[in-house]
Amino acid sequence: MTDKIGNVWVFIEQEGGKIADVSLELVCKGKELANRLNVKTEAVIIGNNLAGSIDPLFHYGCDNVFLVESPALEPFTVLPFAEVLVKLLKQHRPNIFLVGASLKGRELAPRVASTMLAGLTADCTDLQIDDFADKVNKKSYNDKLMQIRPAFGGNIIATIVNTWQDPQMVTVREGVMKMAEPDTSRKGKTTKIKPEISVEAQVINVLKRVSEEKSIDLKKAQILVSGGYGVGSKENFKLIYDLADALGADVGASRAAVDAGWIVHDRQVGQTGVTVRPKLYIACGISGSIQHRAGMEESSKIIAVDTDPEAPIFGVAHYGIVGDLNEVIPKMIKAFKAKV
Amino acid sequence: MKRQLIVFVKQVPDTKNISGDAMTPEGTVNRAALPAIFNPEDLNALELGLELKDRFGYNVIVATMGPPNASEVLRESLYRGADEAILITDRAFAGADTLATSYALSCCAKTVGNFDLILCGRQAIDGDTAQVGPQLAEKLDIPQICYVEKVMDVDKKRIKARRSIEGGYETLESPLPTLLTVVDANEPRPPAARKIMKFKKAKTSSELQAFHGNANYMDAGQLVEEEKRLREKNLWIHEWNAAKINADIERIGLKGSPTKVKKIQSVVLKASNVVSIEPTEQGVRKLIHELIEDHTLG
Repeated sequence: MTDKIGNVWVFIEQEGGKIADVSLELVCKGKELANRLNVKTEAVIIGNNLAGSIDPLFHYGCDNVFLVESPALEPFTVLPFAEVLVKLLKQHRPNIFLVGASLKGRELAPRVASTMLAGLTADCTDLQIDDFADKVNKKSYNDKLMQIRPAFGGNIIATIVNTWQDPQMVTVREGVMKMAEPDTSRKGKTTKIKPEISVEAQVINVLKRVSEEKSIDLKKAQILVSGGYGVGSKENFKLIYDLADALGADVGASRAAVDAGWIVHDRQVGQTGVTVRPKLYIACGISGSIQHRAGMEESSKIIAVDTDPEAPIFGVAHYGIVGDLNEVIPKMIKAFKAKV
Repeated sequence: MKRQLIVFVKQVPDTKNISGDAMTPEGTVNRAALPAIFNPEDLNALELGLELKDRFGYNVIVATMGPPNASEVLRESLYRGADEAILITDRAFAGADTLATSYALSCCAKTVGNFDLILCGRQAIDGDTAQVGPQLAEKLDIPQICYVEKVMDVDKKRIKARRSIEGGYETLESPLPTLLTVVDANEPRPPAARKIMKFKKAKTSSELQAFHGNANYMDAGQLVEEEKRLREKNLWIHEWNAAKINADIERIGLKGSPTKVKKIQSVVLKASNVVSIEPTEQGVRKLIHELIEDHTLG
């Protein structure tokens, strides 16, 4: 007799009751995996006074939400969250547990996986279900989670499998899983939990918390004009802003431009910045390092403008303009204004 | 007894600066051609450890797990001001994932014992997982503060540190011992010339044996004498194997790793399907019109 396979779980990250985008993306992906395995999609949300926040989880595909509330769980500190999750995982034994690769997710998931003696793959960019034959140990496994991630500075893509007992745990990069359309009529079950938090888990105190609200959110941009080292100077970034203004676009940048101090880090696109997927991405003076490409190559359309015909950015672009951005950008602005 | 802290560091291939020499004709990376460097954020962790030495008199112990030549990052740590160095090396550690690695490091920390703090870089640039720090804290059953920017204070029992959070920062207070993962928020001090002169002679026991050509002209007694001399001069790099740190052989290396690599694909620059646009007024106008017509623009 084989054991019944466990459900697919998603950790729901929230701040002040607002659910993180990456968590909703993971509910959508989790639902897809659960359908493939013919199991349920369940979520765990932890904090205090959250009952009013969980409806979107059902709309995006959850069948059940574990609503874990206690004053000791607000604000977030890692030890009580880990304690709650370990208890739930041991009790319910899900097959798969998905966590967003955010700062919180990446300090929480390893702590939990270590207690569970579960394999954990960091910062995945794709997940699939497939069989796995472990040739070294001569064992084969059915319907395992293929955990796909870039490694080695993005120069290789590795497919990783957890062969020990469930849960199969991963953290998943924000912005890479597509969000489905929510079904606002969809409903599900809520399982309320009032946990006892041990004294040992409450030893860390938050003395001060300062939020520096981000005014920039490139992830929502439909059109993005990005400048790189080829822009040449801080002053010359005005050209990038001019084109963005004309097209109704937002402004992004490569790491080289951020490191040069020409533009703030919040606008950095790439592995150490944000991952974007606009309908149009215009790369100006960006050579296209693998770290940058990883953050923008899923854009629907990509235009690259660079003087070097050998620049790697042309490898991912749909339209390539080999030329000086100082001449090409004004022509773009002129052409657009003339037509609209 | 002097208060002590352990900094765990890693030698990594330099994945951030891949030059033409490291590219194969097929457009993939030749890993063997990459130089081995001190993992960047581990240098930040070491710097924080050395600042705590300056401020609170800590004894700074640096440890790394790796092949015998990983001793290079330990010597580099001594050049910058570390007090003691430990190389954890054994074939049995090979093939470890983050769980098996953190278990082995926890055995090392327990063998050292009596530490107030463990410092790690946030993540290493070869795997970018950021998992070993939190997993090591769990294995030692101590609290963790991740993404530390600076330490405000340490007293006999507690540490106060500032760390980054999504959209801001917070100051946390935790009892000792605790583990910190450190981000790129300080300026690692350069190696000191005087220390380089001294510590370039620092050796592990394997290096000492190799140095004397496996002791053709020296008997075992002379090697022991030599080791004693190096220890007295503080030029001895401890070399510990799995047995020395009491590591359970089932929990280290490939055996102790739940994750298996199914497949590795090199990222190859795609054959280009790019549509070439002339940088002329006419070329650009045609492109813009096309994008307006298919509703990408406008």
